[in-house]
Amino acid sequence: MGTLGSKIQQVLNEPGCATNRAKPNLDRKKGSNKLLAPGAAAGGCAFDGAKIALQPITDVAHLIHGPIGCEGHSWDARGSKSSGPLLYRTSFTTNMNEQDIVFGGEKHLYKAIKEIVEKHNPPAVFVYQTCVPAMIGDDIEAVCKAAQKNFGKPIVPINVPGFVGSKNLGNKLAGEALLDYVIGTEEPEITTPYDINIIGEYNLSGELWQVKPLLDELGIRILSTISGDAKYHEVAQSHRARAAMMVCSKAMINVARKMEERYGIPFFEGSFYGVADMSDSLRRISQLLVDRGADAELLARAEKVIQREEARAWERIAPFKARLAGKRVLLFTGGVKSWSVVAALQEAGLIVTGTSVKKSTPDDKARIKELVKDDAHMFDDLKPREMYAMLKEARADIMLSGGRTQFVALKAKMPWLDINQERHHAYAGYMGMVALIEEIDKALSNPIWEQVRRPAPWEKPAVQDALHLHIA
Amino acid sequence: MAKIVFSQKHCMVNPLKMSQPIGAALAFMGIENAMPLLHGSQGCTSFGLVLFVRHFREAIPMQTTALSQVASVMGGFDNVEQALVNIAARTNPAFIGICTTGISEIKGDDLDGFLKTIRANHPELDSIALVDVSTPDFEGSFQDGWAAAVTRIIEELVNLPLATAKLTRRINILPGSHITPGDIDELRDIFEAFCLEPVFLPDLSGSLDGHIPAEFTPTTLGGISIEQIRKTGSACWTVAIGEQMRGAAITLEHRTGIPYRLFERLTGLAANDELMGFLSEISGVPVPRKYRRQRSQLVDAMLDGHFHFGGKRVAIAAEPDLLAAFSHWLHEMGCEIQAAVTTTQSPSLENIPAGEVVLGDLEDLEMRAAGTDLIVTHSHGRQAAERLGIPLFRIGLPVFDRLGAGQQVSVGYRGTRDLIFEVGNLFLSNAREPTPNTWIMSAECTPPRVSLKVQ
Repeated sequence: MGTLGSKIQQVLNEPGCATNRAKPNLDRKKGSNKLLAPGAAAGGCAFDGAKIALQPITDVAHLIHGPIGCEGHSWDARGSKSSGPLLYRTSFTTNMNEQDIVFGGEKHLYKAIKEIVEKHNPPAVFVYQTCVPAMIGDDIEAVCKAAQKNFGKPIVPINVPGFVGSKNLGNKLAGEALLDYVIGTEEPEITTPYDINIIGEYNLSGELWQVKPLLDELGIRILSTISGDAKYHEVAQSHRARAAMMVCSKAMINVARKMEERYGIPFFEGSFYGVADMSDSLRRISQLLVDRGADAELLARAEKVIQREEARAWERIAPFKARLAGKRVLLFTGGVKSWSVVAALQEAGLIVTGTSVKKSTPDDKARIKELVKDDAHMFDDLKPREMYAMLKEARADIMLSGGRTQFVALKAKMPWLDINQERHHAYAGYMGMVALIEEIDKALSNPIWEQVRRPAPWEKPAVQDALHLHIA
Repeated sequence: MAKIVFSQKHCMVNPLKMSQPIGAALAFMGIENAMPLLHGSQGCTSFGLVLFVRHFREAIPMQTTALSQVASVMGGFDNVEQALVNIAARTNPAFIGICTTGISEIKGDDLDGFLKTIRANHPELDSIALVDVSTPDFEGSFQDGWAAAVTRIIEELVNLPLATAKLTRRINILPGSHITPGDIDELRDIFEAFCLEPVFLPDLSGSLDGHIPAEFTPTTLGGISIEQIRKTGSACWTVAIGEQMRGAAITLEHRTGIPYRLFERLTGLAANDELMGFLSEISGVPVPRKYRRQRSQLVDAMLDGHFHFGGKRVAIAAEPDLLAAFSHWLHEMGCEIQAAVTTTQSPSLENIPAGEVVLGDLEDLEMRAAGTDLIVTHSHGRQAAERLGIPLFRIGLPVFDRLGAGQQVSVGYRGTRDLIFEVGNLFLSNAREPTPNTWIMSAECTPPRVSLKVQ
């Protein structure tokens, strides 16, 4: 575990991470990996995070080396979409048994890789390490090396036993594996001055496709996303991009920064959520490309597209303003998404009455504060019981959050909208923001609310009395 | 007699199986004001939690000891202690059920010992019932974990018979993990119609039936109370549903002397005739009119439905007891079980009405399902069904792409009747329209519909 240990330290010291930079030296060592409180923890493990980050690569076979608890409950669960290959939706696991525990699971793992190569012949196999084989000392790096030699294709070890830390750490360790074993291992057939990478975008519900047509129109080529709707070869060739955009601020910062360091690819941190954010991202992508040698006329073309799309989005949001004005929103989501979504909601006349800043960097917090002034409450950690109370007492009209807190809202008979990874609607780009406003309107205006909040017949003493009188 | 076949693959592809710890955790969720706790990495809990949320569409109380790399090597005592103290302070439960995982089992954490020490050091936990269960996820499967948890609840919590007065109408029911909240409600009605007082251990109908609680609660919304569990010794009979519950029933019998009757399944006419006969006998109450009518309706549904079931080939993958219930019922309706895949060993497997039962995964099912008329398994069968172009009937857990999974009923006369309609309609809606070539093609290509086997 020596190499894994040093890798973790390296990732925890990530200088590109704003949260990390803001910490005193001692805290930084603990990094994103603060000890989790037993009995009071929520969220996934490092393995979970790595799978989230890499499984969107669609033509790779993702093999989980571990007992059934690691893969059996969670496969084919995320809404990351593919434009072609579907192998990523097939689940592969060694399903370790007692024998493996006693004799070691390395041979079992090797044979499993062999079966996958023979059956599916994928461009690469990603092998995920989990807690149990890590404890018994299975050396997946060695197994992958041997398999790669014998099968003549990349067999990539992703060393992320769950117990090393949080989902966020797993995101980063997954990025490290790409940097160590994949990125820069192949050359693209052609390159253009308009090639970019989009890092930390997972194409959930097909969101990338809400943005891609605009890039296509501008002649900007996505050389690779890391990793939504990506193919193995695209990631392997991604070091030839001219510029990069990093989407989910904290998940893959190490990948963006190291690609800048190693291959000179400049990047910026941006968002596709919110009209202004989308425009800003298009501008910055164009500017970075121009800085790296693309024709400067790109800037003007981008500006034209932005104007057209913004106008179209406002036109479509306008009819909702009257319906939504003054409605109060509780917004619970992670990190960068908070401020960009806050801005978008305000554009539609909604009032953000509270938001979480648990996963936000100091910069994020400052931006939120600027946006919502004093009206809003910024919560570091709001317990479900308190959320329930806020909703039950109607201090908000709708809650936007992830699936975990869905039932806090629904059991309080309050509208709720899923804006986390498991959601079924795509909210990116200009049309995505219109879709979000539409969904909020649908949720708020649904006629069930009037009915489900009515007291049951036996809860109406007046009616009961009247009935008794009538019978009497 | 089905041949039991073990999948020879080294790589499991598209798992059917789920782990023991979350099977045990679900059993603990049938207890009132409970908090299941997985002694493992936080991913062990979070994967299970998300799975249950997607299946039941309910908030799921489930915690973790959040083992770190160091703790999993040095031992997890501190984590268990902190977890119990934190849970007690934050959610004030009546019960905490602790499931081990592969990680804590490999380390060899002695949970019984841990709990003794923790009890001695933390009087604030005195009012909380604690039960631990060994559920490594490198052996067994979901239903094994469920059964182990119920057995441990009985061992730890049920009062010895001397302390308990007999209640002549009281009856314990030990449902297997395949019995849904909807099934439990149906069974409760049936038992009560015979003037019996059924107590379900565990009782998911109180906690995961989907209802609106009056107030927010961070633990389970309902279920069997600790007090009721302690007094299960006061019942006159125990009814176990599913072979998986035999061990728990025997444990309860040894502890309290209460005789048990095991029903391998409660889906189908004959199986429910047996139940009705038994209930009438032990209660002294003749079968109520309501159920006589329901039986007649079921017979009629069988008559109407058999045209569409007869000769149909079905591929089915489920945990052993659910596999037994559905494969026998489909077989009784005239279907041929072309493929049967399951997760774990069970005595009920050899009686499955199929040539062989494969202990394997959904790839094994897919390979054997070509040419069938219906695939029956959980939601993860959707990819195989799509690839093969065969309709999928979703049973078991998880069912995450349909509403009402917790209310799917497959027990009783009425439950069976409705199943005939549901599955029959699936056959009907997938009937192939004849074309001028239908009979030319079929003479050349299609194998005989029914393989004539000597039974």
